[in-house]
Amino acid sequence: MAALAAVALLALVYWVAKPPNESVTVLPSAIDGHVGAVVVTRGDKQRVLDKAYATTRNGDAVLIMNPAQVDEAFAATLQALPSAPTVFTLYFVTGTDELTDESKGELPKIFAELKHRPVPDVQVIGHTDSVGEYRANDQLSAQRAETVKGFLVGIGIAAERIQTAGRGEREQIVPTADNTDEPLNRRVEINVR
Amino acid sequence: MRWIVAAVLFGFACAAAAEAGQIKTAAGSVYLERSGKRLPASVGMPVEQSDTLVTGADGTAGITFTDNSLLSVGPNSVLEIQKYVFDTTTHAGQFDASLKKGTLAVISGKMVKQSPEAMRVRTPSSIMGVRGTEFVVKVD
Repeated sequence: MAALAAVALLALVYWVAKPPNESVTVLPSAIDGHVGAVVVTRGDKQRVLDKAYATTRNGDAVLIMNPAQVDEAFAATLQALPSAPTVFTLYFVTGTDELTDESKGELPKIFAELKHRPVPDVQVIGHTDSVGEYRANDQLSAQRAETVKGFLVGIGIAAERIQTAGRGEREQIVPTADNTDEPLNRRVEINVR
Repeated sequence: MRWIVAAVLFGFACAAAAEAGQIKTAAGSVYLERSGKRLPASVGMPVEQSDTLVTGADGTAGITFTDNSLLSVGPNSVLEIQKYVFDTTTHAGQFDASLKKGTLAVISGKMVKQSPEAMRVRTPSSIMGVRGTEFVVKVD
């Protein structure tokens, strides 16, 4: 009788103090399918998860889970992941803050993407090529950034969430000598987080 | 000299309270526990080191960190941001998070790209070193 009570008590203690179940699963990147790695250490056991859907449960040997099962179990969680930070680049007509026709055509796509984000943090950075005077290019790059900020405010992004900067001709994508007309350097980068 | 020391100390103090990330998605009941207070969390709210994110039975939330790491939690979850330091110039840093219960999804950011295992995620019985990209964790 006493033995039975002891067993019951032990079972109760175990039930109350039972450690939680823990599982870890590595997923392929939703963007490019790349699979990274996670090293799980539990006590003296170490498991390396470096294949898509590789899983360890409570530190047990690695197994490969069924993707549909994982996606279902974590549907609400994965749904809540924020959009990945991204960069858009717009190009300009030489010496002006006017977009090239091609970049004008890109705007609707960029605006649509931005509208997916409820509270975007935006950094707009203007650049020039090396044609013209250094100081004048500082001003032109800042003007380009301000012009793009104007577009973004125009589609409803709060002005206080947009930072602008002009980098002049300091950060060329295509390195050139001074006074070189280079369309790829006449640009504004829109960093969105 | 004294002023320099004061200025440096002030700089550290500012850095310590700096924004680690921001809540970008929130649905249902979501709270941030900070300095013993429970604040209702909403989209746009800054997240700092030592904050704990808590969701109710209908709650989910996602955070974008300054190194572009993305984290989200599902319903009935408790996630503590134990440590977050990130240098935007060198991309060096340290990110320690702890999932006490619930579900967590992670897409690692620039810090891990710069130095593997700069990010660690703890659960009650395990510790995970993050060498890259995407994974999910459940504690139930």
